[in-house]
Order: sequence, then structure tokens, then C-alpha cells
Amino acid sequence: MSEFSTALSLAFDLLRHADPVLVDIVLRSLRVSLLALAMAGVLGFALAALITVTRFPGRTALIIGINAAMALPPVVVGLAVYLLLSRAGPLGGWGLLFSPTAMVIAQVVLVTPLICGLARQTLEDAWREYAELFASLDLGTLRALSTLLVETRHSLLTTLLAGFGRAISEVGAVLIVGGNIAHVTRVMTTTIAMETSRGNLALALALGLILIFIALLVNAGVFFTRELAARQGA
Amino acid sequence: MNTTPLLPLRCEGLCFRAGDLTLLNDVNFTLEAGGITAVLGPNGAGKTLLLKLCHGLLLPTTGRLQWQHTPTDLRARQAMVFQKPVLLRRSVAANIEFALKVRGLASDERSRRTRDMLARTGLAALAERPARVLSGGEQQRLALARAWAGNPEILFLDEPAANLDPAAARTVEELITTIAASGSKVVIATHDLAQVRRIAQDVLFLHRGRVLGQGSVRGFFECPPNETAAAFLRGELYW
Repeated sequence: MSEFSTALSLAFDLLRHADPVLVDIVLRSLRVSLLALAMAGVLGFALAALITVTRFPGRTALIIGINAAMALPPVVVGLAVYLLLSRAGPLGGWGLLFSPTAMVIAQVVLVTPLICGLARQTLEDAWREYAELFASLDLGTLRALSTLLVETRHSLLTTLLAGFGRAISEVGAVLIVGGNIAHVTRVMTTTIAMETSRGNLALALALGLILIFIALLVNAGVFFTRELAARQGA
Repeated sequence: MNTTPLLPLRCEGLCFRAGDLTLLNDVNFTLEAGGITAVLGPNGAGKTLLLKLCHGLLLPTTGRLQWQHTPTDLRARQAMVFQKPVLLRRSVAANIEFALKVRGLASDERSRRTRDMLARTGLAALAERPARVLSGGEQQRLALARAWAGNPEILFLDEPAANLDPAAARTVEELITTIAASGSKVVIATHDLAQVRRIAQDVLFLHRGRVLGQGSVRGFFECPPNETAAAFLRGELYW
């Protein structure tokens, strides 16, 4: 128990003094996951919108596929991206393995289905309600789509937060494709895994606290977004 | 507006089938400009469907709609209010502005018209409230204001007062009369006989997807054209 409390007080020291190693890792985590989130958001929303307003062969299969992919295990995604990017893989020539870019790619693969699946549900519910009104007002497809996205902005923001939560907290994918290289691809989750196995609990705990704090922020964000939406009768 | 009017609208042999069901069967009628025409009939008669066909939201299986004039912006010169008002998740004023923006009105003209509409529909005090937290009657009035804002030549109303209490229904009816008096043709689907008597001039009686009578309201009520219509007027037609 005393070992734990020593580690905890060391962790607070690291946080209080904004330890450079700690800050470096936190910033890299945020950079990778926010970049991945931005790309997954654009891809996921676009795909969800397309699925909502168009009918094409294979649409049902695509929806089922996306829904299944919402719960893809991160390590499997990591493995797949690893095979793609490794020297012998089809994209090996890009030389991206063990780079932050590879981590972003892996997280995009991981988060896009989640965002797309959640957004599709939101958009389809709204579409069912608005389709006739939009037809009556003679909105074109693009205008209808943009209006639909604006109308569902609160739910879509919640979706983004869920996606961010998944990206920032996963360890399997970034560990495999990033390789946990110090100052290059070392992020919060990979550091926690490594330092814990090394018995260096202070840094692991400090990062764990930050992750929990981020999770709290994200959930508070979801909560207040919902509150705001409810007050506006959404 | 110096354009050729859309009306009259002639509907010839309209049929609408969904799978094996024939929901509208050989419907023929003409809608003249001006006044309020009630599409009257029991639930499931095909009233909503007929309105949606006229408005162009659905295409008839067979038959045709012949407007006097068919411009490229045919639908933009009409409007429809649905039974359950469909409001955007924005303020009351923004809902009206949206419809005007879609019509391509400039910003200052939009806000002028929006203010005007809010005043004429008694919603001015609620302008900044989120539209979807209004009461049922207020929501329906806003839907009417939004439809009216575009100055439609013809306005389709699908049971606009069906879910409202008598006072709210009366307010909505007064508004509909005002809209008709401003020059828009109003076509209202309803099963409410008293409402038809209060506001409509003409009636189109629909039963099981067929037109079983049309003409002036007074004539229809005083001398129903057939036994089905008479039974409906007596409140004895249940399906």
C-alpha cells in the first residue's frame, strides 16, 4: 500500500511540475487522436449522409458491415494496418510503419465505423421526419443534406465525442503500428502499458489520471450537449 | 407577380396503388383558383395521399395532373402543412426565415417578411423561442406561417387542426381563412364536418379511394349526392 501511495504522490509531482516527458507524451496523444478524429469525422459523416439519402445495391450489406465494425478490436485493426504498412505489405513503399502517421491511420480505421454507425442512426431518424418537408420546400439533395447535418448537430457532436473517447483510450492499435518509440510514437496508453510492466508506477499513474480526466471532460461534454439539445426541443 | 397562374388544376383518372392495394381509384376533379376546398372523408379514405399527389410528393400510378401552367418552380409556388407539424430545431423566427432563404430572398427582405408573418400569425412574442418546445396549437400556427411566408398560389393542409383543443383549432381555422382571403387557394383534408361548414366553400368527398361527391359545401350538406355521403354526414359511416 505504501508503494502505491508513494507512486501516487510522485504522480502528482509530475503533474504539478508539468514534467516535460509527461507533457510531450500527452500532447502527442492529443495530436494523433484529434487528427484521427477530424478525418474519421469527415469520412464517417459523409458516408452516413450518403447512406441516409441514397439507395444503392449493397446498401444493407454496407450498413451491417459498418455496424459490425463499430466494435472492431483495436489490436486486430492494429494488426491489419501493420500488415498493410509493413515493408512487405501493399503500402510498404510509403515507409509509414512506426510513425505517428501510421497511428493516425489505425485510429481512423478504428473510429470511422463508430462515428458513421452512430451518425447514420441519428441522420436516418431525422430524415424520416424531414424528408417530406424538404421535398415540399423543394430543397435539392445537397441543401437537404446540409440542413439535416445542421439540424442534428447536437447528436453529431455527441458522436464525435464518443469517437474521441475511443481513439484516445485505445492501446492495441497504436502499440502495434507505432511501436511505442520514445519521443516519436509514444502516447499515453502505450506508456502506461510499458511503465506498468517495468514497475515504474508514478508516470503510469500520472498518465492514467490524465486519461481519466479526459474521459470525464468528454462525458461532461456529452451530458451538456444533450441538455442543450433538450432545452431546444431536439 | 406577373406570371401565369397555376390554377385551375385538373386531375384526370388518378390511381395510386401500393402493392396489391388500390388506395386511390380513378379520381377526377378540378380545383379552381380561390377559396377553400375541403377534401372530406373518413380515416383511410385517401385524403392525405391525394394531397401529396397534388403537391407532387408522390407520383400517381396512372392518371395525370394538369396544371393550367407548369413552370420549372412548380413546387416552390405551392406549400403543404402536414398533420403533425414538422419544425426545424431552431427558433420560431428562424423556421420562417429558412423557408424564405430557400426561396432565394435577400436577407433584409427575409427579416421583413418574417416579422410580418410572425405578427400576422400572432407569434411575434414567441419569435426567439425554440420552435419545438411550443404548444401544439402554436406549432401548427408556425407551420402555417412558414408555408404562407412563401406566398403560395395553392396551400395544401393535412388535417391541420386534428390534434388541437377547440380553442387552438378555432385560432388555426381563423388563420386559414385569412390565408385564403389573402389570395392563396387552400385545399384542406379533414374529417371534421363542423370545420368544413365553418371555413370551406367547396367539398370533395372521398371514400375508400374514390370521389363520391363534389360541389359546394351548402349543396353537399343540404342534399348529399348519395347514400354513402348521407351516412357520413349522419355520422354513421365507420369505414
